[in-house]
Amino acid sequence: MLKDQDRIFTNLYGIHDWKLAGAKSRGIWDNTKTLIEMGQDGIIDAMKESGLRGRGGAGFPTGLKWSFMPKESDGRPSYLVVNADESEPGTCKDREIMRFDPHRLLEGCLVAGFAMRAVAAYIYIRGEFVQEAINLEIAIQEAYDDGLIGKNASGSGYDFDIYLHRGAGAYICGEETALIESLEGNKGQPRLKPPFPANVGVWGCPSTVNNVESIAVAPEILRRGEGWFSGLGRPNNTGTKLFCISGHVNKPCNVEEEMGIPLKELIEKHAGGVRGGWDNLLAIIPGGSSVPMLPKDICDTMLMDFDSLRDAQSGLGTAAVIVMDKSTDVIRAIERLSHFYKHESCGQCTPCREGTGWMWRVMQRLVSGDAEVEEIDMLINVSKRIEGHTICALGDAAAWPIQGLVRHFRPVIEERIKSRKAARAA
Amino acid sequence: MPTLTVDGVEVTVDPGTTVLQACEEAGAEIPRFCYHERLSIAGNCRMCLVEMEKAPKLIASCAMPAGDGMVIHTNTQKVKEGREGAMEFLLINHPLDCPICDQGGECDLQDQSMAYGSGNSRYHEMKRAVTEKNMGPLIKTTMTRCIHCTRCVRFATEVAGVEELGAINRGENMEIATYLEQALDSELSGNIIDLCPVGALTSKPYAFTARPWELSKTESIDVLDAVGANIRVDSRGKEVMRFLPRLNEDVNEEWLSDRSRFSYDGLKAQRLDTPYVRKDETLQPASWGEAFDAIAAKLEGVEGAKIGAIAGDLACAESMIALKDLMNLLESPNIDCRQDGAALTTESRSGYLFNTTIAGIDEADALLIVGSNPRHEAALINARIRKRWKAGNFPVALIGEQVDLTYSYDYLGAGPATLKEVAEGKHSFAETLKKAERPMIIVGQGALSRNDGAAVLALAKKIADDYGFASDDWNGFNVLHTAAARVAGLDLGFVSGEGGKSAREMLDGSLDVLFLLGADEINTSKLTNSFVIYQGSHGDAGASAADVILPGAAYTEKDATWVNTEGRVQLGRRAIFPPGDAREDWTILRALSEKLGKTLPYNTIRELREKMIEVAPHFADIDQVTSADWGAFGTDGAIDDAPFVNPITDYYLTNPISRSSRIMAECSATFSKVKGEGTGTNG
Repeated sequence: MLKDQDRIFTNLYGIHDWKLAGAKSRGIWDNTKTLIEMGQDGIIDAMKESGLRGRGGAGFPTGLKWSFMPKESDGRPSYLVVNADESEPGTCKDREIMRFDPHRLLEGCLVAGFAMRAVAAYIYIRGEFVQEAINLEIAIQEAYDDGLIGKNASGSGYDFDIYLHRGAGAYICGEETALIESLEGNKGQPRLKPPFPANVGVWGCPSTVNNVESIAVAPEILRRGEGWFSGLGRPNNTGTKLFCISGHVNKPCNVEEEMGIPLKELIEKHAGGVRGGWDNLLAIIPGGSSVPMLPKDICDTMLMDFDSLRDAQSGLGTAAVIVMDKSTDVIRAIERLSHFYKHESCGQCTPCREGTGWMWRVMQRLVSGDAEVEEIDMLINVSKRIEGHTICALGDAAAWPIQGLVRHFRPVIEERIKSRKAARAA
Repeated sequence: MPTLTVDGVEVTVDPGTTVLQACEEAGAEIPRFCYHERLSIAGNCRMCLVEMEKAPKLIASCAMPAGDGMVIHTNTQKVKEGREGAMEFLLINHPLDCPICDQGGECDLQDQSMAYGSGNSRYHEMKRAVTEKNMGPLIKTTMTRCIHCTRCVRFATEVAGVEELGAINRGENMEIATYLEQALDSELSGNIIDLCPVGALTSKPYAFTARPWELSKTESIDVLDAVGANIRVDSRGKEVMRFLPRLNEDVNEEWLSDRSRFSYDGLKAQRLDTPYVRKDETLQPASWGEAFDAIAAKLEGVEGAKIGAIAGDLACAESMIALKDLMNLLESPNIDCRQDGAALTTESRSGYLFNTTIAGIDEADALLIVGSNPRHEAALINARIRKRWKAGNFPVALIGEQVDLTYSYDYLGAGPATLKEVAEGKHSFAETLKKAERPMIIVGQGALSRNDGAAVLALAKKIADDYGFASDDWNGFNVLHTAAARVAGLDLGFVSGEGGKSAREMLDGSLDVLFLLGADEINTSKLTNSFVIYQGSHGDAGASAADVILPGAAYTEKDATWVNTEGRVQLGRRAIFPPGDAREDWTILRALSEKLGKTLPYNTIRELREKMIEVAPHFADIDQVTSADWGAFGTDGAIDDAPFVNPITDYYLTNPISRSSRIMAECSATFSKVKGEGTGTNG
């Protein structure tokens, strides 16, 4: 269990003052100038050493991502874009950062922005996050008034601006290139890659899009040293992580824990255990709605980090743990997720536009059992034809929950089809 | 230059080439729906997926830049399955209404599903239905068939420069629509019919009239403006069913303007299909013999100076040279092909050509438009200018009527006074022109067909001379014509000779006999004392003033030569026969000359063309632009303060053929601004 002194998010539950005074008392903005004095390469090297992997879901090494930004400008400015469009079902970590610890994010913006030679940061916040946006606005104003950002930010001699941009509530705008399109005022549809945002991003300028959590932890990593961070967790899966535990647990919560914590320990220690005890567990979606679910027997020994979950054909994603006990109709649960992806598909490319609706309709019939057993294979085949064939990862995200369901609960589906047939015959 | 391997074949391509293009170069066929050479890359249909070694997933070849050392496979099992998957997804919500779909037989989806699709369907859910959209009188929509490739959206925003078209909603509810349910207000809207790979956007006038395999296809030239767009005439029996553009990079690329595309029903209406002779104050049908007799009787004893001829906007080169020769034999100096009175002369060919050439616009770096609205006068040239403007660093300025050209420009002023300022270097835009390495000026007929036209032309020439528009490898002086016949007429010298009368003077009623070769855009009110012979295809202004009508052939009904505004000589070909007793125009003149005892010295069209080449040698160079030497033209003189007025008031109704077209009338009612206030019961 993570020791209290190793926690980064010390106001995760909002019990302290979230404004500047409170933030400063928790060590935020504490001599940020010295962090900047590490220099661009120094910061990036430290981030690489720390082993921080992106907290938005894909787990791409953050330091490496920053190093892709041009070292010398060709005349175009560079930008940092913070992805605060947290919309993945089950995930609710970034909103806690933004409403209870906004200065941690802002300090991270300055440090990360400086490291990638950005002139400004754009925080693209989900439209539904009203209070979070208000708090962030206040925090940004406080930081400007205190000289922490803006001209000569924190006395470092570096000029840096932070802007907040509110989205309109589309899941797809959390995809980095769709977010950029939306930020530019266009319809939120993912762009083709290449070119990657580090080359051609916001307004055609080099940009890096990072998750709120990835940015917010950066100053603390630099302050305490990359060795401290990489000493937590397991190799290649270092540091601490915010876990969002929801569903059939006694005490749903957000909690910061060490990477690689056993799933069972996470739930029992922090969430008060599964409703009706661990044995009442049916399945867990370990990383937000888009990753495949895991049945209880795998959950028993599962470690919560990128590599362990990948090896179990699932993923850490955003570390949003959705717990389902034995009262759950798993088929109906996945059907609901399937509907979500059908609803949130942007409609740009063919497999996702047409395929998500098709899969959802088949899923609906699987819920009632009005299907043929062969259709399960067909459904998997369709999901494979979506996966990897789309412009962005939403197609994959729509396919994986269904693949996870069939992988682990195929007998349940078959049973339902058979009993429905029997009922009809009778 | 990147070198990559496609299916074991090594190809070297230009930097910036996409993998799809590289594959084609290597001889591998890549299916596609959304990709189009002339539009931005969307990468959304996912049909062009190929396998690239070292890439974990299939890549969309249309969107991936070719890189050195790439190894591409286009025929592996993985690729086959990827294509089959994309095909299946496209088809699940596509209606199976091919038997009643106008795209049938020329449908990309149909063709590619035969080649790349699977034979059976696994989709047992309900199919999507989408409400139709109103896109005006030209475009019929069946949006249920739409596969969301967004070619139409990209064409409208990028090429046509109108932003009405877009995709609303998302996911499977995405629909292509004009946001306000309005007609697409563009002169190029018909091109989205060609671009649509399925039957979602089809031609409304052509709907359910023919199947592509029943049509005879004739490659020809459009003459409804002076661009000379290359077209394919699709005809069935004695009817033209539709026009389609033909690829010509130097002229129209692969676009066609709406008037040229949709005026075809005008070829069937208001036709002159038999000769007429005026008897007892009314025009009465007659035989060719009677008509010729009437003309011969009238010409008996009339001196040459009292005879005149005007050639109209659609006249072919063959008929003009024949008429000119006949007038010479009749000893008349009164001939003119400039029925609008444009102050263009034959002294220097470069003084009336679009010297830069249409393709040359791509290389220009500044543009001054004088007295012209290229969007209406030559929509395809306007699209080229927009293309150049979109590429950036292309300042455009306009003197004349302030109109929406689909690109931004500096508005300098309304009339010749501003032009004079620029010519004298007093205007700020003069600096821009001076600095430019390849500047262009486009002088429209609105600036030239005025009393001070020659002086305006001289001012434009002064600008060209002073600011270095003409050099060894560049000529930035351009006259934009609106009439397909005009350049050929000037090339062949169809202008009044020594002591001859101009068109304007001929129309004042002073002549005894006036021959109108398809001239309709004229004021015939003072011709009551002249004996008017009208030869043409349609019963329009000229025919109603006539005493004898000789029915000619329209441009789809004869093999004939036209020269476009660049000076490009192009051949039109006969797709159908003229109706009734109508004949090809030069043969009418040949027959008449014999009747008059002044037989023209050619018996075949070959002999006639030899004569043309004798007069103007560049007529031998078909499809070529023979560049003209920079010479003297224009006459210095007093200029009028009156603003320039553009020659075209209604884009859809500019010539006898489009005026006879119901489709064009409907377009005019829909799109053209109605002058004056509505009464409440109008429309």
